[in-house]
Amino acid sequence: MAQLVVIGLIMSSIIALGAIGLTLIYGILKFANFAHGDLMTVGAYIAFLTFTGGGHIGPLSFGYGMILAMLAAMLVVGAMSVLIDRLVYRPLRRRNAGLVILAMASLGMAIIVRSLVYLGWGPDQRFYSSGLQYAHQFPLGIALKPDQMFIGATALVSVVSVYLLLYRTKLGKAMRATADNMELAKVAGIDTERVVIATWAIGGSLAGLAGVLLGIQSHLMPEMGFIFILPLFAASILGGVGSPHGALVGALVVGISQEVSTEWISPAYKPAIAFILLFAILLVRPRGIFGVKV
Amino acid sequence: MISDFLNPSYLAGFLTLVLIYGVFAIGLNVHWGYTGIFNFGVAGFFAVGAYTSAIITKQPASGAYMTYIGGLHLPYVFGLLGAGLACAVLAFIIGIPTLRLREDYLAIASIGVAETLRRVFINEMWLVNGTRGIIGIPQPLHGLVDQADYKYVYLAIAAVILLVVYVAVERGIRSPWGRVLRAIREDEMTAAASGKNIFAFKMQAFMLGAFIMGIGGAMYASYVRAITPDTFVPMFGTFLIWVMLIVGGSGNNKGAILGALAVWLIWDRTGALVSNAQDPRIFYVRNLLIGVMVVAVLLLRPKGIWGEEKRVSVYAGKEPERAKAKDEAAEPLASVVSTAEEAGDGGAS
Repeated sequence: MAQLVVIGLIMSSIIALGAIGLTLIYGILKFANFAHGDLMTVGAYIAFLTFTGGGHIGPLSFGYGMILAMLAAMLVVGAMSVLIDRLVYRPLRRRNAGLVILAMASLGMAIIVRSLVYLGWGPDQRFYSSGLQYAHQFPLGIALKPDQMFIGATALVSVVSVYLLLYRTKLGKAMRATADNMELAKVAGIDTERVVIATWAIGGSLAGLAGVLLGIQSHLMPEMGFIFILPLFAASILGGVGSPHGALVGALVVGISQEVSTEWISPAYKPAIAFILLFAILLVRPRGIFGVKV
Repeated sequence: MISDFLNPSYLAGFLTLVLIYGVFAIGLNVHWGYTGIFNFGVAGFFAVGAYTSAIITKQPASGAYMTYIGGLHLPYVFGLLGAGLACAVLAFIIGIPTLRLREDYLAIASIGVAETLRRVFINEMWLVNGTRGIIGIPQPLHGLVDQADYKYVYLAIAAVILLVVYVAVERGIRSPWGRVLRAIREDEMTAAASGKNIFAFKMQAFMLGAFIMGIGGAMYASYVRAITPDTFVPMFGTFLIWVMLIVGGSGNNKGAILGALAVWLIWDRTGALVSNAQDPRIFYVRNLLIGVMVVAVLLLRPKGIWGEEKRVSVYAGKEPERAKAKDEAAEPLASVVSTAEEAGDGGAS
């Protein structure tokens, strides 16, 4: 049980990275980005493309090459998100298209992006590195692989950085103001288009990083991100759309519930757990834990 | 490329699938085109309809590799109606928490339902035979003609069902009830202010569309005769149907059928092109094409090939004579799919 909770925490940290980006985009642009999971997939495969080995850092299964590959994934996915916004979402925004049309366009982008991954790498599973890793034993029967500790640490550093960015910088303030009310932010002299670009860049690079971490935790396959979209949405809505710390709490609830549920039911139903949580919160408190309005 | 269609047997199979997908596109049109219900879980209704009809029309399970519930061995019509009812009940359950909320919450929830159901169908062997699927689904009027000619019989049956569905939905949409749906799609607040119970109307439309999708699922099951959970992956079960509707023209049932024909033609022909490819990756060019079509239609031609008619009441004149510019100015936030021209009509309920 304790083991499942700890694995749940590792999964939560990956979900959190994706969900924070998703909730920021949701908060500022007001539409559900169905392509977010597939952005994670792209991140994972960009890292696969650029990862060159580079020995081993301590007991980890990979070397410094992975750090570079992670940065490459964040950079590419961040830039790609901005580019997609310029090419697809901004023209639709300018036409005053409804949020539903934007969500549908994002689903189209999700299909395009995933198909490109299929075309590039095929449907087979891929791994960053082969070979077994010995797990460290901790009290309460907890066993953790060094890689998993690395995932948790990386996610923690990223979440803290995003928090500092949002609450300690002028850009973060502008982002929060735009999320609150875009018209009012414009009146106050905030360049909201710049805020939109920054949001995509941050959300995209976090998604890219989340994809790499997910690839380290298990393996790469073209559907990996799309399957992840339910936990991402569940975490964002649970925490309250537009609220980064809400997404963090939501990610913890979803991630731990999914793993602990395997104690009683088949692991095949993990995404269903995320969905049941989502269904329950929509019934009981649709605005989520920290949300203000729907 | 085209020569396949000179073979009448191939053409009959092709057209049958177009008609079945036409039924799905009309069902989705009731959801999205007329009411603005954002259902991304068509595959879930597709699957529930197909499996329900299979267990209603088939004999009870027998043999070592067959386990499923039901097996009522009832005629095809009961399969159709049972499938429709099962989907309507499913829609009712999904609708309770989501139809009162923002549209995109229903989209997320419906994706979740479709994916969860698929996992249940895969993992619960006792329910509908897991990944082995159900084979030998009965076909209506099977003894009537020679086996080789049966496909023409089923083509005729599919055509009759599509016609019935089309006429029924057209009548509904051209009634006051249908105009309320379009008013809700355009502006929920205004419709609510006119004394309409938004939730009840949306629920009715959601259940009606789901019923139609269930019928489509039943038609599909008896056409292919063998279904597995893999049939109902989102790409094939949901997105293909969405593309058909928005390419053809959402808000127009003729457009929906035209979209089913156009998109299935592309899907079928590109399938023939890639089927001989050495590299399995080539297969995914078709999926890419579907995604590109979604984005391109939304950006370049949001109304689709055959957009919505401006006026649908049989009692009204042919062309609205109102000052369009005034209506347009009054509704700056009207979505792009619905055009400003019919905004005045939508609120007239």
